[in-house]
Amino acid sequence: MTMIFGIPLQAFLGQLLVGLINGSFYAMLSLGLAIIFGLLRVINFAHGAQYMMGAFAGFLLLSWLGINYWFALILGPVIVGLSGAVVERFALSRLYKLDHLYGLLFTFGLALVIEGGFRYFYGSSGQPYATPALLSGGVNLGFMYMPIYRGWVVVASLVVCIGTWLLIEKTKLGSYLRAATENPVLVQSFGINVPLLLTLTYALGAGLAALAGILAAPIYQVSPLMGSNLIIVVFAIVVVGGMGSIMGAIVTGYMLGILEGLTKVFYPEASNIVIFVIMAIVLLVRPAGLFGRDA
Amino acid sequence: MKNLAFASAAILAAAALPAHAAGISDDVVKIGILNDQSGVYADFGGTWSYEAALMAVEDFGGTVLGKPVEVITADHQNKPDVAANIARQWYDEENVDTIMELTTSSVALAVQGISKEKKKINMVTGAATTELTGAQCSPYGFHWAYDTHALAVGTGGALVEQGGDSWYFLTADYAFGYSLEEQTSKFLKSSGGTVLGAVRHPLASTDYSSFLLQAQASGAKVIGLANAGLDTANSIKQASEFGIVAGGQRLAALLFTLAEVHGLGSEAAQGLTLTEGFYWNRDDESREFGKRYFERTGRMPNMVHAGTYSTVTHYLKSIEKAGTDETEAVADAIRSMPVDDVFGRGGTVAANGRMIHDMYLLEAKAPADVSEPWDYFKVLATIPGDQAYIKPSESGCPLVSQ
Repeated sequence: MTMIFGIPLQAFLGQLLVGLINGSFYAMLSLGLAIIFGLLRVINFAHGAQYMMGAFAGFLLLSWLGINYWFALILGPVIVGLSGAVVERFALSRLYKLDHLYGLLFTFGLALVIEGGFRYFYGSSGQPYATPALLSGGVNLGFMYMPIYRGWVVVASLVVCIGTWLLIEKTKLGSYLRAATENPVLVQSFGINVPLLLTLTYALGAGLAALAGILAAPIYQVSPLMGSNLIIVVFAIVVVGGMGSIMGAIVTGYMLGILEGLTKVFYPEASNIVIFVIMAIVLLVRPAGLFGRDA
Repeated sequence: MKNLAFASAAILAAAALPAHAAGISDDVVKIGILNDQSGVYADFGGTWSYEAALMAVEDFGGTVLGKPVEVITADHQNKPDVAANIARQWYDEENVDTIMELTTSSVALAVQGISKEKKKINMVTGAATTELTGAQCSPYGFHWAYDTHALAVGTGGALVEQGGDSWYFLTADYAFGYSLEEQTSKFLKSSGGTVLGAVRHPLASTDYSSFLLQAQASGAKVIGLANAGLDTANSIKQASEFGIVAGGQRLAALLFTLAEVHGLGSEAAQGLTLTEGFYWNRDDESREFGKRYFERTGRMPNMVHAGTYSTVTHYLKSIEKAGTDETEAVADAIRSMPVDDVFGRGGTVAANGRMIHDMYLLEAKAPADVSEPWDYFKVLATIPGDQAYIKPSESGCPLVSQ
């Protein structure tokens, strides 16, 4: 049997794939964070809670209204995006003039309130969400048993990441957004509604988190705590990629997912800190992050 | 005459003193339920244990020796320092007579230490460590419901008998995980099983597929999950996704209860083996209790909830028997009476504080076999109390003559 780094090639390939799947979630979540930070300069600590709300939206749509996974995939992000828009319009937008710290504290508090509320109503051990019938089961790839749903997550996440990147970097709307953050006064004087653009951006970020949440629902327990377990790792990824760099967030998300997967084979105990070790090294060597521009 | 009257009054007062001491101090019996109500164990025990305690008091009639019984509760957030502060405040300022439940081993050990120092009774149902009735035992500390030893004997020992003789562990990388893995391994080996390996995962990981693939590749017949709460739930859910149970390997959750199986759903949980000290749908008596509990909470009780009901009931019975709420007398009464309620079923309390009762090896049913809500398990075997628990003489507790 071919060996690689002392483990069988087959096991190695399996772990690589698992890492890629986790990287998909990291990429989608860090993408939303990077957009919100890049365009609004808000460090959105409520991102984990919005991810959790997405998963719960899927669960509640199914159990209350019988709306299936596929519709939830569209409706969930819309609902969470709308709630994000409300938060931005009535609270966050009042903090833009102040130090970044206020936005961070506000979203952190908001996350605690949302998580506490869900925990009060749904307990801590989580709710089940079944894999949609079309995507259940798995295929034997020879080196591992690959659940079809996980393959779908990788594809969906790639599509979402590339689509969002194109939207912001290549479309007219995207150019307005970027211009509005560079010089809001000037853009406003061209007759563009800047506050509305910022609200849309926050809603988009929250919606992306919710989408990741619904994609995660069949894999992880739909639990009020699911976001807080993930959010710190995702922040580390954004820092490694370069705060605000959208491409950086995507590429780093996949890369660190794979790296973490491999750590789980070679030294499992370190798998939850490997990302932070990388973060520390990157901050020492390239403080602006791998893809960030020096300020 | 005056002197005589004074002397008689003094004699009367002196005679009355023991009678006063033999009553209830400060005219109320106060029970504190201290546990995790907002973290990962909020369903495992949580406010549901408080409800069980209230139910026990109501069933008892609401009074003991003619004085009212009051139950208060607080959230210790799984932090021993927070728990220690609450315990001191309860004992010193709020005249709490006993603290119960105490989910999380580190918290239970801290509060048992304080209770011993303050000479108060504590009764643990939510924590797992055998230390509570081992080296750190207390003459006023009692341990109900389960411990790591009983889980190891139940799930480990019984599965080997059923042919599950090679194991691979997924272990949470902290003291609790290690102690579960170690105690279970010991049992496996003594009953002829082998341990093929173990992977240590960080606490609160979200993705277990890497670890599960390693366990799958080991070819072990049983994958033992030496973790707890959401970690176990996610391991099981993802094991089902990767076709591990369908592929012929068996999952054994070393600390998992009805509450978590409910959260997981029987689709993902089916085939899972676990050990509990109580199952509501086991016989008529437990069903009757389960249904009454369900009516007030909307959930069926697990062993921690039913165990808390039992500790409160036994505590009140012991006060009645002792004729006082004075700590020494009540502790003696707790040890001297069999625990005769829906949970204890004639269990006995050993000198080290361990309540010895039967445990049940349970298997999660397939969704098609679940005939009513919360009917998640079938009982595979009953593990007699004297096998499930460490012999008091071998527990290392200084209170027991070795």
